[in-house]
Amino acid sequence: MKKAGIIMIIGSLLLLGLFKFPLWNIMLGAPQYPDPLGMDIYIEGIQGVQEFDIQNIDGLNHYIGMKTIPEPKDMWEFQTFPMVIGGMVALGVLIGLLGFFGKVSYKWFIGWFLLMSVLGIMGMYDFNSWLMEYGTDLNPKAIMKLLNPDGTPMTYKPPLMGYQKMLNFDVDSWPATGAYMMFVGMMLTIVAFFVGKKEYKKVVKKSSLKTATV
Amino acid sequence: MKKAINILVSLIMVAGLVSCNNDGNKRGNKGQGGLAGNAAEKVYVAPGEHDEFYAFVSGGFSGQLAVYGLPSGRLFKVIPVFSQDPEKAYGYNEESKPMLETSYGFVPWGDAHHPDISQTNGELDGRWVFINENNTPRIARIDLTTFETAEILEVPNSAGNHSSSFVTENTEYVVAGTRFSVPIPQRDMPIKDYKGNFKGALSFISVAPETGRMAIKFQLLMPGFDYDLSHPGRDKSHGWFFFTTYNTEEANSLLEVNASQNDKDFIAAVNWKKIEEYVNNGGGTKVPAKYAHNVYSDETHSATSTIMDEVLTVNPLDVPGAIFFLPTPKSPHGCDVDPTGEYIVGNGKLSADLTVHSFTKMLAAIENKKFDGEAYGIPILKFEDVLAGTVKQAGLGPLHTEFDDKGNAYTSFFISSEVVKWKLGSWEVEDRQPVFYSVGHVMIPGGNSRKPFGKYLLSMNKITKDRYLPTGPEVTQSAQLFDISGDKMELLLDFPTIGEPHYAAGIPADIVAKNSKQIFKLSENKHPYATITDGDAKVERKGNEVHIYMTMIRSHFNPDNIEGVKVGDKVFFHVTNHEQDYDVPHGISMIGANTSELLIMPGQTETFIWEPKLPGVWPFYCTDFCSALHQEMQGYVRVSPAGSGTELKWSLGED
Repeated sequence: MKKAGIIMIIGSLLLLGLFKFPLWNIMLGAPQYPDPLGMDIYIEGIQGVQEFDIQNIDGLNHYIGMKTIPEPKDMWEFQTFPMVIGGMVALGVLIGLLGFFGKVSYKWFIGWFLLMSVLGIMGMYDFNSWLMEYGTDLNPKAIMKLLNPDGTPMTYKPPLMGYQKMLNFDVDSWPATGAYMMFVGMMLTIVAFFVGKKEYKKVVKKSSLKTATV
Repeated sequence: MKKAINILVSLIMVAGLVSCNNDGNKRGNKGQGGLAGNAAEKVYVAPGEHDEFYAFVSGGFSGQLAVYGLPSGRLFKVIPVFSQDPEKAYGYNEESKPMLETSYGFVPWGDAHHPDISQTNGELDGRWVFINENNTPRIARIDLTTFETAEILEVPNSAGNHSSSFVTENTEYVVAGTRFSVPIPQRDMPIKDYKGNFKGALSFISVAPETGRMAIKFQLLMPGFDYDLSHPGRDKSHGWFFFTTYNTEEANSLLEVNASQNDKDFIAAVNWKKIEEYVNNGGGTKVPAKYAHNVYSDETHSATSTIMDEVLTVNPLDVPGAIFFLPTPKSPHGCDVDPTGEYIVGNGKLSADLTVHSFTKMLAAIENKKFDGEAYGIPILKFEDVLAGTVKQAGLGPLHTEFDDKGNAYTSFFISSEVVKWKLGSWEVEDRQPVFYSVGHVMIPGGNSRKPFGKYLLSMNKITKDRYLPTGPEVTQSAQLFDISGDKMELLLDFPTIGEPHYAAGIPADIVAKNSKQIFKLSENKHPYATITDGDAKVERKGNEVHIYMTMIRSHFNPDNIEGVKVGDKVFFHVTNHEQDYDVPHGISMIGANTSELLIMPGQTETFIWEPKLPGVWPFYCTDFCSALHQEMQGYVRVSPAGSGTELKWSLGED
């Protein structure tokens, strides 16, 4: 299972990209913002695409009563996510190494993938609920209180993924480099699973052949 | 008087001659055939698209510098340089007032003439624009990252700072020559003793390569002629500078006649490298001279004015072999050097011909010491020895010449009101186009550098008469854009200009646009009265001075309620714009303030003074429509009678 082990290690290591590259990106364009304002969401915090974007988004959001964009210290996620990702990388590399030396079954690879998927879905759920809270928990003294056509107060939750028109803004929310690296990494762990399975079968065949000749 | 009438008559006759010659041509163009074809398409820059070139057009007697786009002719900005501008608070707010200080005190106006863009290796580098002030001699440097005036240096011993402000190939120097010769040092003496006693100062102002900071390296004290225009040598003639002169007669009255008597005046060729070397080795004489040096800082957002007290002068006779006179017919005006540096064009403004001197021949003549006498000890070269060629009967009243990148020259003719294209080397006229009317300078982007961008030519006209809708006795001056990419020039566009468009400097937009600043960083604001965080907003009293440390951001001032100000106080509004977003300036003004508004860019601090005269509650507000809540961006100052006990307090958002 040498090949599978190496693929598993590479796959897990790709998650390290999340420490360098943003997981998600939200861009806000408007007639007055031909060069859109943007947020890059990292596992360790939120940064502006350009130096003053966060300040400018907060400045605009204060009109509709949205809270300011949280600093890393304001959200437990930004402490927890790095530890989870770090832990999963370590675990993946360990499984890969053990697989390389034939100490564990290839099934551990898919096990890691499933665990990572569950964690990922939990993360997305958490992210979505934060967006929901951020977009709906508005200051009652907001300067502009807008209503939907049906008379309910307008809220401003950005889309989890995709495009949405919000007032004068075109909002685009898409995975970013870190997420793509994670995706490729996770796919590699599935590849590792299948390659491992194939290598295992070969070994089994060989040994059964040997047994037969004996 | 008789002489004057004779000259006038002969001028009219010549004018008649030339216009007769061109009659056929002019008639053909009267309907502006140029506009028929696809001219409109050529100047149409679709909404949201950008022009190909910047044109920095002097505002003349407006004292400012206008920024246009070419080919559209759209005006983007008027950069205040030598005149106060209440729109931008230039010369009104406390920060920029020092920019207009001179040795004569505060001068609110200037006469801006010749913009020139900084160069590296003879090519436009787009870092700075220099421009001269004619009346109170000064040179300004405009920073092309902020499009603001960064520095103004007064030029002492000069008067009518006209043969300025042209830069050498690597912006080693920006040169400022005097048009009027004066007693140096200034003193009380009879005007009629002009001849032999007055001097003309040619100032070589060094430019620091990194910062652009200017300093007068030396002043050459030349004979008392009028030094009209100048141009640095290019490429092979780099190291030389050429100045046209008129009034070599040294007349001091009725110059239009008395300074037009000599058949030839001179182009003074100055080997500045030689003089620089002399000065670097301790040459020259330091003399007392009072002049202002004003520098604006983007860190403190404030200017300082320093009065200098000394200048280094050089007597031409002390540096033999550095200066020569090239006889040039008929009171030459423009002095232009082609991109190769070989040809020096003297535009003899009372002549119908153009005189072109050869740099190579000039060097040979100097080498062989073939002199034709001297003037005040400066050798005069023989006209025939330095002449490269003459453009015959090109038009009447040649003023200025620019060059394209294909070996052609384009000369403006003031009296016959036309632009003439001719070939360098063959001296043949290739095309002529009328201009409407009475062109001064022409400009081709990079057309006075080693690398012209020969696509457009801008003609700057003094008179427009019937060209636009009338606006009373005063009508606009104008610029006309020609397409010069083909064999024949094609008129594309007329557009009005501010003040008088003496000269312009054009440059491909991509060299400049990418460096244009969007905001000033608040974190880098070093203004002594800046309010960097909202927590620092406050009001302080120092005797009868009240200092308000105020911030502004969409859409409020902090503080916006101030009490405790009294009649007789001098109230300083030090206002910091907290925006860090592109194109979000805020303005502020106070009812009854005896000054202009402030227009404050993101991250900047500016100050105005208000002296309340009556008790009451007086509003101030944002003067630039900044946001949806702009109308809400306002505040009040309570003014109590002098001597009352109202306590100083300030607030924002308190009920």
